Amino acid sequence: MTEDHLREMIGRVKRGTLTRRGFVRRMAALGLTAPMATQLLAITGAAPAAAQSVPAYRPMRRGGGGALKILYWQAATLLNPHFAAGTTNQDAARVFYEPLAGWASDGTLHPILAAEIPSLENGGLAQDGRSVTWKLKRGVKWHDGQDFSADDVVFNWEYARSAAVAAVTSGSYRDVNVVKVDDHTVRVEFAQPTPFWADAFVAATGQMIPKHMFQGFAGANSRDAPANLRPVGTGPYRFVSFAPGDLLRGELNQNYHMDNRPFFDTLEIKGGGDAVSAARAVLQTGDFDYAWNMQVEDEILKRLEAAGRGKVNIVEGGGIEFVQLNATDPNREIDGERAHISTQHPAFRDPAVREAMALLIDRNALEQFIYGRGGPATANFLNNPPRFRSENMRWEFSIQKANDILDRAGWARGRDGIRAKDGVRLRFVYQTSVNAPRQRTQAIYKQAAQRAGIDLELKSVVASVFFSSDVANPDTYTKFYADVQMYTTTMPQADPERFMNQYVSWEISSKANSWQGRNIVRWRSEEYDRIFRAAQSELDPVKRAAMFIQLNDLVVGSNHIIPLVRRPTVSASLNNLRHVLSAWDGTLWLLGDWWRET
Amino acid sequence: MTQYLIRRLLIAIPSLLGISVILFTVLALAPGDPFEELATNPAVPPDVRAQLRASLGLDDPIHERYVSWLLAMLRGDWGYSFVSRIPVDQLIMQRLPTTVAVIGASQVLALCIALPVGVYAATRPYSIFDQIANTLAFVGFSLPTFFTGLLMILLFSITLDWLPFVYSTNITSSGWRWWWDHIRQAIMPVLVLGLFQGAAWTRYVRSAVLDVIRLDHVTTARAKGLPESRITMRHVVRNAMIPVVTLVALQMPAVFGGAIVTEQIFRVPGIGSLLISAILANDTPVIMAVTFVFAGLVIFFNLIADILYGWLDPRISYR
Repeated sequence: MTEDHLREMIGRVKRGTLTRRGFVRRMAALGLTAPMATQLLAITGAAPAAAQSVPAYRPMRRGGGGALKILYWQAATLLNPHFAAGTTNQDAARVFYEPLAGWASDGTLHPILAAEIPSLENGGLAQDGRSVTWKLKRGVKWHDGQDFSADDVVFNWEYARSAAVAAVTSGSYRDVNVVKVDDHTVRVEFAQPTPFWADAFVAATGQMIPKHMFQGFAGANSRDAPANLRPVGTGPYRFVSFAPGDLLRGELNQNYHMDNRPFFDTLEIKGGGDAVSAARAVLQTGDFDYAWNMQVEDEILKRLEAAGRGKVNIVEGGGIEFVQLNATDPNREIDGERAHISTQHPAFRDPAVREAMALLIDRNALEQFIYGRGGPATANFLNNPPRFRSENMRWEFSIQKANDILDRAGWARGRDGIRAKDGVRLRFVYQTSVNAPRQRTQAIYKQAAQRAGIDLELKSVVASVFFSSDVANPDTYTKFYADVQMYTTTMPQADPERFMNQYVSWEISSKANSWQGRNIVRWRSEEYDRIFRAAQSELDPVKRAAMFIQLNDLVVGSNHIIPLVRRPTVSASLNNLRHVLSAWDGTLWLLGDWWRET
Repeated sequence: MTQYLIRRLLIAIPSLLGISVILFTVLALAPGDPFEELATNPAVPPDVRAQLRASLGLDDPIHERYVSWLLAMLRGDWGYSFVSRIPVDQLIMQRLPTTVAVIGASQVLALCIALPVGVYAATRPYSIFDQIANTLAFVGFSLPTFFTGLLMILLFSITLDWLPFVYSTNITSSGWRWWWDHIRQAIMPVLVLGLFQGAAWTRYVRSAVLDVIRLDHVTTARAKGLPESRITMRHVVRNAMIPVVTLVALQMPAVFGGAIVTEQIFRVPGIGSLLISAILANDTPVIMAVTFVFAGLVIFFNLIADILYGWLDPRISYR
């Protein structure tokens, strides 16, 4: 796909000979996420960026729907969106607080507190990419009756970027400048031309807290704000009570700014327990309407679904389970640091070994016997819904081929059946976190590798150690003191920039940055760096899109990264519940549009 | 007596200090920190996490953190949850009523089973009743609570659909209906815990009574022609109760400490589930507070048990 080709397609969309959906599908086929593709159209003025894909809401009046009961097996612990680290807390806060816009499942923006989605036509987006102007919806009231205005938006920016507050959302706010234009207009200004402008004030990190409740607590005393536990927002449900780690209750907001919404009179979010019994409570006994994040074996879910009361919802996002082949030598210590960037992995520096490793994992078996619907096999790192699969990358499972490649490259089998060359034996430590599906994947991989003369020594580390940032612990995934490792990485945003920075050379995880760098595999490519830097400042969305496609192909093509299965979000709901889910935003991102069919 | 009490309380101080030092050191040495989730989230820059750590004092040396924790604890400030960002005592007070109700009821149930069954079985050793009681007791305490809990859920909630298996703190009904709803949802956790505890205690009561029933003073009482019931109640049970009291008293802190596994299965929002979620989230202040209070209760109930001995057996004196 060249830039010219992209321009031609966009031209066809403008002329009307290609539908928007057709365009998105073709883009996706090239490894470009749906959100990127639609933003592309929006920025080039070919289509409105606003979502067209939110299902119709049918109830004709507000309320009367009874109780909505939601089950989270991980309970929410706080209700201030700027302190909410995990998805459970972000979701719980989302019941009461709303952002300017949210991401629909097709990756388009859906206005919530904004009157419209900024675009080039409506003047919301600056031609030079240095600012975006949001028009706020009028007539929106906080739960206590005060008006929502531009001052609140500006306050949220000040609050989130303040070092004293130490908000976890600060990453989205500290590099931008926010200006109040009038009471219902704000402008977000960027230091550089910024192709992806929909970060501040959008989705989970964009939830608006009221200035009048928090302005006295916008410093080191932020934790003392009473509203941290008694939220006053603009959302469809008002706060009733909250017991951290247990139960959150809400009631219908009579003054909600959307007509006929919400449908339910009361809302209850119960937390705690385990995923399997949560699935039972929805699918089998029908005690609850919706259960979040069903990390349950697909076999069990299918059996529970057979009761006919509820169904399992699978929403595709960017999460992916993948294997990394260390580019550096984990067994040599330089300056008190193993896997030092100045070293090379003795075996993996040979592309033939990496290619063989990629051929030895049976993704089909993983999908069929381990992950089921919760883990479709994939060949791409940058992923999309199934119908939007990239065509450039392919995966294959062939022990025969792997053997041939290794034979040709001169890796000969020793007396114990393990291949070696120049004193380097193909014997690797393969680490991951303790988690049943991962241990089963390890076993499958080990078996196949054995038949190709590669010995995998399996190691599993407790998740709380593996994923910790403990500098003193040698077993963390960021230290990667092993030859091979496997885990899931998620895509927090509907834009690939923050996702694809995992392979740039300045993000390499090392002692110097306390192993906080994002490039854990320590793979380096000048070409990748160059293209990534160009993409970062490239304002032309068409060129930028073509660049991300190249980045995906570069890193997957190197075989230092072996994508295994995608990890869509899986949830359970009663058959008669009509919900609006999206993988690019929180579960409750459009809670006001949920209703029940009778 | 007063002197004894004061001495015991004074002895408790160094042991509590020692416990707190050990707990604090172990927790500080344990891997992980409360902001792990942020580490895997690329949207959060590393320095934000560093700032959060610094703002909660996590970067100070262990001994400084311990001293500041201890001083705050002495002032009655239990600390501040990293995860919920509210004072720990509020969190605990929210959980305490449910824990005391559910676990307390299960302990009462256990006593109600263990005392009569144990005593009756001991007065008729190796009878049919004794054999059956013994067998059931063995079955009872060899089945772990997570297993019986799941079995009960499968039977009563899923197959029969009689009882709810998600414990709700949000019961809106009133009057008798309110009581009934509360009892209905507490039946399964109380049964699971109570039967397990009761089975163990039954064995204990039986052996304690058996030890006493063979003693000379019981034979003497029989020779005097006292009725059997009077012998059992006055001469046997009262003397047999001393070891049982120790056991029950040591179990009492659990009423406040909750039952981690059972609470998790039935989603009972008690101290046990608070503790386990705090451990999983590395929420040190909450873990410290819960375990420390627990340790304090163990010492306190030990003292109570010692005082009860004197009432049960006047020969025991306090010096």
